[in-house]
Amino acid sequence: MTYRLASPSRRGLLGGAGALFAWNFMPRFAHAAGGRDPRFVVIILRGALDGLTAVPPIGDPSYRELRQSIALTMDGPHPALKLDGLFALDPSMPNFARLYHANQAAVVHACATAYRDRSHFDGQDVLESGYPVPGHVESGWLNRLLLTLPKGEKVPTGAATSSGALAVGANAPLVIRGKAAVLGWAPATLKPADGELPQRLLDLYAHTDPLFSRLLTEGIATGKIASGMDVKARGGPGDPNGMEQMATGAARLMAQPDGPRIAALAFDGWDTHAQELGRLSRLLTGLDNSFAAFERELGPAWKDTVIIAVTEFGRTARINGTQGTDHGTGTAMFLAGGAVRGGQVIADWPGLKQAQLRDGRDLAATTDMRAVIKGVAVDLLGGSPALLGRDVFPGSEAAAPMKGLIV
Amino acid sequence: MTNPAGLDAALALSRFGLGAREGSIALISQNPRGALKDEVTGRVLLTPVGPELRQTSDLLVELFAFLKERKAQRDRQAAVAPATSPAQPPAMLLGSTQQNPSLPNSPQRVFLAEVDARFNGTIREPVIGIGERLAMFWANHFAVAVGKGPGVRILAGAFEREAIRPHVFGRFEDMLLAVETHPAMLFFLDNQQSVGPESKASGHGKRGLNENLAREIMELHTLGVDGGYTQRDVTSLSRIITGWTVVGAEGRLGAPGTFAFNRAAHEPGPQTLLGISYPDDGVGQGRAALRDLAHHPATARHIAFKLARHFISDAPPSDLVASLATTYTKTRGDLSAVYQTLIGTETAWSPTLVKIRSPLEYLVALLRGSGERPKPSAIMAALNAMGQPLWNPSGPNGFADTVDAWASSEGLATRIDVASLVANQTPGRTDPRRFATETLGSLLSPDTQDAISRAETKAQAVSIAFLSPEFQRR
Repeated sequence: MTYRLASPSRRGLLGGAGALFAWNFMPRFAHAAGGRDPRFVVIILRGALDGLTAVPPIGDPSYRELRQSIALTMDGPHPALKLDGLFALDPSMPNFARLYHANQAAVVHACATAYRDRSHFDGQDVLESGYPVPGHVESGWLNRLLLTLPKGEKVPTGAATSSGALAVGANAPLVIRGKAAVLGWAPATLKPADGELPQRLLDLYAHTDPLFSRLLTEGIATGKIASGMDVKARGGPGDPNGMEQMATGAARLMAQPDGPRIAALAFDGWDTHAQELGRLSRLLTGLDNSFAAFERELGPAWKDTVIIAVTEFGRTARINGTQGTDHGTGTAMFLAGGAVRGGQVIADWPGLKQAQLRDGRDLAATTDMRAVIKGVAVDLLGGSPALLGRDVFPGSEAAAPMKGLIV
Repeated sequence: MTNPAGLDAALALSRFGLGAREGSIALISQNPRGALKDEVTGRVLLTPVGPELRQTSDLLVELFAFLKERKAQRDRQAAVAPATSPAQPPAMLLGSTQQNPSLPNSPQRVFLAEVDARFNGTIREPVIGIGERLAMFWANHFAVAVGKGPGVRILAGAFEREAIRPHVFGRFEDMLLAVETHPAMLFFLDNQQSVGPESKASGHGKRGLNENLAREIMELHTLGVDGGYTQRDVTSLSRIITGWTVVGAEGRLGAPGTFAFNRAAHEPGPQTLLGISYPDDGVGQGRAALRDLAHHPATARHIAFKLARHFISDAPPSDLVASLATTYTKTRGDLSAVYQTLIGTETAWSPTLVKIRSPLEYLVALLRGSGERPKPSAIMAALNAMGQPLWNPSGPNGFADTVDAWASSEGLATRIDVASLVANQTPGRTDPRRFATETLGSLLSPDTQDAISRAETKAQAVSIAFLSPEFQRR
C-alpha cells in the first residue's frame, strides 16, 4: 500500500488540516438490508453539472434546437452512447455505458435538490447539508445518516484502518462533516490550488488592477502560474487524473475488510459557461475513470457497492453565446455499483418545449434527489425512513424513499 | 474632505492594522479614526508569551550548553571515525546551525515557539493592531537575521520582545539604546569581537576594530545613508562602542548571557563624533553618543520618511515627512506623538490603495480573516515561499518596503498558492459573500463582489477574496 496522508508539503503548510485527518473507530453496519456488508460512496460534482450534455435526451424533439452547435448526436465522429429510446450518454463515459448495459449503473434525470435559486455556494450547501434551505453548514447529511444507522461490532483500537466514514481530498466535503468521526485521506499529489482560479483572477484584475493584471499575465506566460484546463496532470479535484487518483485511493481503503464503508469525494470544475463540450468531455472522462477505478479496486466488495454522483443544480436548456450554458435547475445524477438495479434511466421526463421549461429557461425538476438518496439509504444501508425524513434530510418527509434502486 | 465612516474603518484595519476579522469593521465604524488613535494613546500591544519565551540571558545559557554538548558529540564521532569524518570546525556561537539528530535543536525550537506566540497569539487579539504593525516595522528597521547563526536564531524573538516592543510607543532614544546593547544585535553585527586598538585586550594590535555595528547604527538605524557622516565618524563610533559585548558561559564579566561593558577591550580616551567630543567615561561614552544620534535632525528625517513610506506610499509627500520630522524633533523623539501626527493627516486616509501588503502583512491578514491557526512550521513555510522569512532578511537593511520589491509574478504565484491553501481549509463554514463584506467592507469593489458570487466553489470564492486587489493592497 502506498497511501500517505496528503502531500507533506501542502499538508505541512497548514496544520489546521490535522483535525480532518484523525483516525476514527466507527462501528461497521451490522444489519444492512439483505445481510450484506455494503459500501456507499457519494461524489459531489461542484459547479453544476449539465445533465443535458452528460445524459442528452437525444430523442426529445426540442433538444437539438435548444443546444444547436453543442447538441450531441448518435452519428458523426463522436457519437453519443445509446442508453434507451430517449437518452444517450456523453461519449466520454464508456465505462459507465458498459456498467449500464451490465445492469450495474443507472441514471436519474430531471432531478434536483430542494434549492431553486442559482448560487453555487447556496446550492452546494443545500445539496450537502441535506437541509431544504442554505445556511446550515455545521454538518452534512451523510454524516448524520451514519449516526442513525444500526451499529455492528467495533473494530479494535489500533487497527491500521477503520470502518466508518472516509473523506477524500484536501478538505472534507460538507456532506460528510459532522459529529460522526471521519477519516481523511488525500493523494500525495493532490493540490488544492485550482487551475481555473488564475483565469478568474485575470478577468478580475483586467477590470480592476493593471499591475496585478500584468504580473499574472507574465506569470501565466512564463509558466510560473499554472492556469486553465490544459494544465498537465495537475492532480487536483478538477483534473481527470486527480479524480481517478482520489477514487483509486478511496476504493483501496474501502476494499479492506476493516476499511471505511462510507466515503465522500468532491470533484470540481463543472461550471461550463463556455466551450462546454470540450471541458465536460475532460471532466466526464475523469468521473467515468473514477467509476472504473472503484469497480477495479473494490474487488468482491463491488457487488455490495453504490456510488452516487450528484451536483448542486443543472444548467440552462438553451445554449448561451459562448458555446456553454448558464446556471439552471434540473439535472442528472449517476448511480453505479454492483448493488445498483442498473440498466435504467429513471425520469418523469418534463419535456423541453418552451412551455415545459422552468422559467422558460431550465430543465424542470420532476424528481427530488433526496428521494433517490433516501431510497439507497433504506434499501442498501438499512436506514430508517422516519429518521431520514427528520434528522438526515430535515423537512423531506414528503419525498418518500424511492424504491427499486437496489438489487 | 472626509471619508464615510465605513471606508475609514476598513482603511484603519488594512492600512494601519493587521487586517479585519469578521465583525471588526462594524466594531470601529462609529469612530474609526478615534479607535485607531485610542490604540496609540492606550499603547495597545500584547507581549508574546510561552514557556520557551524566556529572557535573553536564560536563552543564551541554554545555547551555551547546547553548543558545548554538540561539540562534545562531534569530538566523540571524530574520535571513532577519524579517517572518514571530515574535520568539523569547532562549535562556535556564530557557526552552523546544522542539526545533530540526537540533540534537541534549541535555537530552532525557541525560534518556532516565538513564531507561534505571535501568529497564534499577539496578532489575534487587537481590534486594529497598529501596535503590532509598528512592532513589525521597528523589528525590520532594526533588523537582525537568524541566518547569521544559532546565537541570533535563539535570540531574535527575545530581541524583539526586550528591545523593540517595550519602546514601540515610547521614545526612539530608549529603543535605540536597548537595541544596540542587546546581545542579538551585538552578535549580528559582530561588535562582541570588536576591540579597541589601544586597549589592553588588543594584544599589541593583534586584535582590533570591527566597524560593522557602528556603520549600520548611523547608516540604517539613525542618520540614514545621506545623513552627513563620514568614515572618520564611523571609526569614532566604532571606537566608542568597543567593549560592548556579551558575557560568555564562563561568566568572567558578569552573569552569563547578559550585556557587559568590557573595559579591557574599550578604546581609551575621548572620541569626536559629528563634531562633538565624548570623554571616555566607559559605557557612558557610547550611551551619550547614541542619545545625540537619536536626536540628530537627520535621524528625525530618516525615521519620518521610513514611517511615511511604510504606511502611506513609496514616495510620500514631502510636507508629510516634514511634519512628522517636526513632531519628532519637538517631542524629542516621542514615537507616539509622531504616529498621532501621521494618522491625524488627511493624506493618511486617502481612499486609494497604493501600497501592497508585504508577505508578512499578507499572511497575518489571511490568518486573521480566516481564523486559521497553522503550526509555526507551516507559517514559516508560507513566509519562506512568499520571500519574507521572519527575522531573516538578506542584510542588516531589512526587507524592502516598496511596492516594486513585492510586485513580481513569482510573488503572485506563491500568494495564489498560499491564499488557496488557507481558503481550502475554511470552505463551508463561511459564506464567501459575507466573508468578503466582513473583511473588506467599503473597499470591496463591485467587480470583486461579482467574481466572488460567480465562483464555482466556496474555496474558490474565498481565494478570490484573498487575492483581490483590495485585499492585497492597503
